[in-house]
Amino acid sequence: MTEPSGVTPRPSPVSVGEIFRVFLLLGATSFGGGVVAYLRNSLVGRHRWLDDTSFVELLSISQTLPGLNATNMAVLVGDRLRGTGGAIAAICGICLPGALVMFVVGLLYGQHGGRPVVSAMLHGVAAAAVGLVSAVSLQIGRRSLGRLADVGFVALSILGVHALHLPVPAVLVGVGALAIWWHRPRIP
Amino acid sequence: MTRIPTLMMVFAYLSLLTFGGGMAAYPELETLTVDVYHWLTQPELIHLYSVGQTAPGPNMMMVTAIGERVAGALGALAVLVAFLGPTAVITLVIGRLWRRLEGWPWRDAIQRGLEPVSVGLVIGGCISLARGALTGWVAIAIAIAVFAVVLRTRINPTLLVLGAAVVGLIASVR
Repeated sequence: MTEPSGVTPRPSPVSVGEIFRVFLLLGATSFGGGVVAYLRNSLVGRHRWLDDTSFVELLSISQTLPGLNATNMAVLVGDRLRGTGGAIAAICGICLPGALVMFVVGLLYGQHGGRPVVSAMLHGVAAAAVGLVSAVSLQIGRRSLGRLADVGFVALSILGVHALHLPVPAVLVGVGALAIWWHRPRIP
Repeated sequence: MTRIPTLMMVFAYLSLLTFGGGMAAYPELETLTVDVYHWLTQPELIHLYSVGQTAPGPNMMMVTAIGERVAGALGALAVLVAFLGPTAVITLVIGRLWRRLEGWPWRDAIQRGLEPVSVGLVIGGCISLARGALTGWVAIAIAIAVFAVVLRTRINPTLLVLGAAVVGLIASVR
């Protein structure tokens, strides 16, 4: 039997229900920027659905394409394990807990968001979120910030959005094309 | 009810901008939901976005809260489908083609080129959020403290956020 490369051979194939359960648990227990670490522990470590090389390969695809890293990983892993059905089960599972939580937050916010006490607490939460997303972004961006040319493209993108007030798609296409051209394949 | 098609178009569009993470789309999210469609105010968006960072799972599930605010349960579902669907399909298709693109020299160029741009867009998103959220010295102090602790320790960020809520409350009483 030939297994698609990257999937560790298992006595029986993983079922769609099993994929949903594992990703539901991941969606309920993982947090923010650390979601990649949770995915690796679960998929490579605990369940052995992927080897480490495949995990890194899928992660690099996830990071290149638009979409959240966590949901892109869910789609790619689900698809490798069980095709389109697996991909749908994985993305639904990983999103469901957080989506339900935020739906309830939306409801509660509509009823109590105007209270001074709630407002004061959310003021603190917002400040903490700035610190949190900045730290996570720095961790993710560290690799790019190590190369001079890439630092230039990072800076150009920030300037495009904040100094020139260009729309994000314009920056994406403009600076993106420039950066891809810079890294273009060279004939040896 | 009539807002649902508009909601879906806006969030499908936003999802296509999330290179490097949800944060990359934040400036456009703010422009569209606050300035263009007036679905919520800037402080409301910042509040929901920030609480969303503490929710489990992928860090942009706060889009359902916007959908709920604008058009109830159906709005929440519509926004979620619109925000996840397009990129899920793109990822599914390109994920299957990826191996076949291995010999194509531009694959590596695209990957290396998009990386710094997405980092820049994510940092740009952080700046937008910071501009709206850091309104006083207490907020700035909280942000710096959380930033340092997250980088230096492995503490669960949710605890830090809860701590920040308490600090926010105390600061408002004084």
